[in-house]
Amino acid sequence: MDFVTRGFQGRPRGRDDRLPPGQYLTGDFPVLSAGPTSNVDHDEWELWVATEDGTRHTWSWAELMALPAETVTVDIHCVTSWSKLDTEWRGVSLDTLLADVGTAADFAMVHSYGGYTTNLPLEDLLDGQAWVAYGYEGDDLRPEHGGPARLLVPHLYFWKSAKWVRGIELMLEDSPGFWEQLGYHDYGDPWREQRYQGD
Amino acid sequence: MTIPDGPGPTAAYDGNLMAGPLSELFALDVSVAVVRCRGCGANAEVATLRVYGPDPGLVGRCPGCDDVLVRVVRTPDAVWLDLGGVSSLRVPAPKR
Repeated sequence: MDFVTRGFQGRPRGRDDRLPPGQYLTGDFPVLSAGPTSNVDHDEWELWVATEDGTRHTWSWAELMALPAETVTVDIHCVTSWSKLDTEWRGVSLDTLLADVGTAADFAMVHSYGGYTTNLPLEDLLDGQAWVAYGYEGDDLRPEHGGPARLLVPHLYFWKSAKWVRGIELMLEDSPGFWEQLGYHDYGDPWREQRYQGD
Repeated sequence: MTIPDGPGPTAAYDGNLMAGPLSELFALDVSVAVVRCRGCGANAEVATLRVYGPDPGLVGRCPGCDDVLVRVVRTPDAVWLDLGGVSSLRVPAPKR
């Protein structure tokens, strides 16, 4: 449907077409945090995936680095109204991480070092839509932007791209995360301007 | 427990930033209220909390243990308040 809508305008997609409603462009990379910047050493870092039956899969930093990595260039959209185009990230696709994870879950709760959480439908983490990202613009991802590794789910508002990711809990039922409990939209599609509950 | 002065190393604000949005909810000045942290048991004036934000929302953390004590979000048509990290809130009130 996107192709039809955008093609109907009869011109190539420009910057305005890439800006969701209510957003403005920034060249900066603002830092928004709900808590202190986490500084997790690579030796202590671990990523876990827990399924609904309690099965736990874990990756050390070295194991994450050994997985096939992808470099992706995406636009990101923060619920506070800034958007940044053509950001380049390096990381491991969630398709790779979840390939051998057996689950009947429809939802995921992403957990961060420092206690932050955010919830998403599991299908939004699959099919080339989400990564555990550890590189940004050719460098290691800096701690203030979520390094050593953050979730990257660019098709949703950026609060879903949890900084300092440490685990993904797969759930049969949806459950609200840190901001979703306090007035923010459960899904957060920037193209439908789903900022707050009821949008 | 010794509570350090001022905001933590990465908190940009203290609890005075919460006075505005909280004034929409409370009749009294909450910045001088004392909250007890459910996590570590420390008592702290709201004005001394380590506050992150203001967007997407204000997050007030305990100056003793950094646990989340208070969260406030102002949406276009509502104020959302979470005091889940607080076991008590003492607000000075006029004598009666």
